Amino acid sequence: MKQDIILAGVGGQGILSIAYVIDNAALADGLFFKQAEVHGMAQRGGAVQSHMRLSSDAIWSDLIPKGEADMILSVEPLEALRYFEYLRPGGIVVTSSTPYRNIPDYPDIDRVLEAVRKAPRSVVVDSEKLAREAGTVKAQNIVLLGAAAGSLILKEASLLATIDALFRGRGAAVLEANLKAFELGKKAALGA
Amino acid sequence: MSHQILLGDEAIALGAVHAGLSAGYSYPGTPASEIMEYLVRLAGETKAFTAVWSVNEKVAYEEALGASFAGKRALVSFKHVGLNVAADPFMNSAVTGANGGLLVVSADDPGMHSSQNEQDSRYYVQFAQIFAYEPSDHQEAYDMAREAFDVSERFGLPVLMRMVTRLAHSRSPVQTREPRGPNELKTGAAKDWTLLPMNARRRFALLLDRQPEMVRFSEESPFNVLKLNESDRSLGVIASGVGYNYFREAMKGEAALPSFLKVSTYPLPESLIRKLVGHVDAVLVIEDGYPFIERQLKGLFGIVGKTVLGKLSGAFPVTGELSPDIVRRALGRDPLPAVAASGLPLSGRPPQLCVGCPHGDTFKALNKALENYPGSNVFSDIGCYTLGALPPYNAVQTCVCMGASVGMARGASDVGLHPVLSVIGDSTFAHSGITPLLGAAFANTDMTVIVLDNATTAMTGGQPSYGTGERLLRIIEGVGVAKEHIRTIEPLPKNHEKNIQVIKEEIDYRGLSVIVAIRECVQETRKKRS
Ligand code: SF4
Repeated sequence: MKQDIILAGVGGQGILSIAYVIDNAALADGLFFKQAEVHGMAQRGGAVQSHMRLSSDAIWSDLIPKGEADMILSVEPLEALRYFEYLRPGGIVVTSSTPYRNIPDYPDIDRVLEAVRKAPRSVVVDSEKLAREAGTVKAQNIVLLGAAAGSLILKEASLLATIDALFRGRGAAVLEANLKAFELGKKAALGA
Repeated sequence: MSHQILLGDEAIALGAVHAGLSAGYSYPGTPASEIMEYLVRLAGETKAFTAVWSVNEKVAYEEALGASFAGKRALVSFKHVGLNVAADPFMNSAVTGANGGLLVVSADDPGMHSSQNEQDSRYYVQFAQIFAYEPSDHQEAYDMAREAFDVSERFGLPVLMRMVTRLAHSRSPVQTREPRGPNELKTGAAKDWTLLPMNARRRFALLLDRQPEMVRFSEESPFNVLKLNESDRSLGVIASGVGYNYFREAMKGEAALPSFLKVSTYPLPESLIRKLVGHVDAVLVIEDGYPFIERQLKGLFGIVGKTVLGKLSGAFPVTGELSPDIVRRALGRDPLPAVAASGLPLSGRPPQLCVGCPHGDTFKALNKALENYPGSNVFSDIGCYTLGALPPYNAVQTCVCMGASVGMARGASDVGLHPVLSVIGDSTFAHSGITPLLGAAFANTDMTVIVLDNATTAMTGGQPSYGTGERLLRIIEGVGVAKEHIRTIEPLPKNHEKNIQVIKEEIDYRGLSVIVAIRECVQETRKKRS
C-alpha cells in the first residue's frame, strides 16, 4: 500500500500545516513516510510544493518520480496544474477553485479550472467560501485536507487527532473553525 | 527507543545532542537554518547545552572551536557558502586539530533553490584533509551525527557532515537512542593550537600521516555498502547521499540490482571502489552536486578498459539538482507513464516581498530619488531585499555574497562612479558590513549606504539580529561615520516624499553617508501579535 501526494500552493497558504497533519497521521497509522518541502526564498509568495510519500514499505526517494503521484492536493488551482506530469494515469487532483492572484499575468480562471478538470479525476472545492463558513478564511488549507480525506489511505480519526493537536493551543475558536473546515471540505468533495 | 518526526536538519541536531553536545553555533542560511532552530528550541527546554546564533559563520566556527579546545563537544552549522566565510578557521582547525569532538555541518544547495552557487562542500573536505559523512536519509543523519563526535575525538580532528537541500528539508520518522552526557572540561595542547610555523609544520605533517588511517576507517565504515552482482558484470553504480535513494527508487520492481557501492564517507573508501570497478565494465557515478567522485575516478587518463559515466560524461546534467527522473533516465529505464501537462501556459510565480514589507517602501523612494541620476549603481546584499532586483522594483544591481555591497560600493566610488549606493539589511550588516564600512569611513568615501533595519534576519525565518535599533545607530557612529550624515527614515507610504528628499540629500553629499531605514519586518510583527 502506498500513496504519493504532491501538495501545492503559494508560499503562506499553509501547505506545511497540511503536511504536518498528514505526517503525524501517517506515524499514528504505522506507515513509513518521507515529506520533502520548500523553505527559504520561495516561501515569500512564490510557488511552493511538498512531495508527500506514504507507504507500508520503506521509501527510497524523498521526491516523487514523475508518473508516481496518486494525488495532487492544491490550495490554489493554477498551482495544481504545475505538477500534472507527476500524476499517474488515473490519479486524482483535489484543488481549491479560489485563485491567488499575486502575479500580473494570471490566466483566465475558467480556463484554469477547465484544465484542472482534464485530470483523470478531479475534485474542485470553493475553499474560500467554505473556510469563511467555518469561521476563518485562513482554514482553506484544512478545507482542502477535508476534501482529500476520503481519498487518503490514512484513517480519518488520525487526521482529526492531529488537527486537534495542531490547533488546540491556539484557542477553542480556532480549533473549532478548523474542525468545521475539515468537515465542510469533506462534504463538498462528496458532492463535487 | 522512540520515533520522532524530524527534518533531515533536525535529525543531525538531535544526533549531536544525544552524542553529548555542549555547544552549538551557526549563522542562518537556507538550507541549514533548521539545525540551529532546533538546537535553540531544545536548549531552551532542557538547558542542557548552549545553542547560539552567531554574528557570522567565521565567528560561529571560532566559537565552536573554542568550545572544542575546552574539551567539550561542539557543533557548527551553516549553508555551503557559509563555509567560505568560515574557511579560514576551518582550514586551520584541521592543522590545530580538535580536542572535544567537533562536528561541522555544511549544507549544500544543488539547484540553487536559495543560493548564489552550487559549490560542493566535499571539495573543502578534501582541501582540509579531514573525515566527512554524507547521509542519504534521516536515520543516517542522526546516526552519523552521533558517530561523528567519536570519530572527531578519535582522530583529534574536526569532522564534516555534508548535507544537501533535499534531505535537509525532508521530514521522516527517526529512531532515536539513549543520549549520553557531555565531556568534562579539559584544556591542554598549547603547542598544537598555536600555529607558529614550527608548530604548524609538525601538526601539518601529523595531519598528512593520518590520511591512510582515515581511508582505512572509511573502508571499514558500515555506512558504505558494496554489493556485487555475480551474474551481470556490465554495469556498476557508485552512488552517494540522496543519489543512492534515486538509484534504488529507479530500480524498484527490478528482479536484480546491478553491482553497486553506496558511498557515505570521505576520504573515499578506496579498496571498495577498486573492488567495484574491477568487477564491472562500466561505472555510473550518481552524486548530487559536483562530479567529485567521478573526477577522482577518472583522473586525467581515465581507467584503462573501463567506461566511467556521470556528469562529466554527459550521463547527467552538470548543473542543477539530481532527481529520481534524471537518475532513472541515466540508468536506461523508460519514464513512467504520466498524465500530460495541462497545455495551458503557466505563468511563473517567483518569490516576492510580502505585502506591506518595509523594503518595498524604501525601494520606491530610492527609485524615485535616483530618477535624475542616470549613471548610478545600487549594490545590494543578501536578504529578502535582494528581491528588489525583480519587478516591480528593479531597484538593485548586485547580489554577490554577505556584506559585499559595502565593499563593492567603495570600489566603484574609488574609480569615479557617482552616485554609488549600497543596500544592506541589519543582520547582513552585522555579519560583514561593518568591517568594510570602517574603511570607507576612514577614507570618507563618496557613497551612500542604506541599512534596511527590519530588526530581524527575515529571509531565513526571523532569527535574531545583533545590530538593530539604537545599537545599530551607535555602531555606525562608532565606526566613524560623521554624525550629520547618519540619517534615519521610516519606510512607510505616508513618508514617501520625505524619504526621497533624505536620500537625495545624502547622494548629493560627496562623502560617506549612512541612511537607516527603520521599520520592522511585517512577518515578525505578525508573530508577536499571535
Ligand atoms: S519576511 Fe519581512 S523582510 Fe522579508 S519580505 Fe516579508 S516583510 Fe519583508
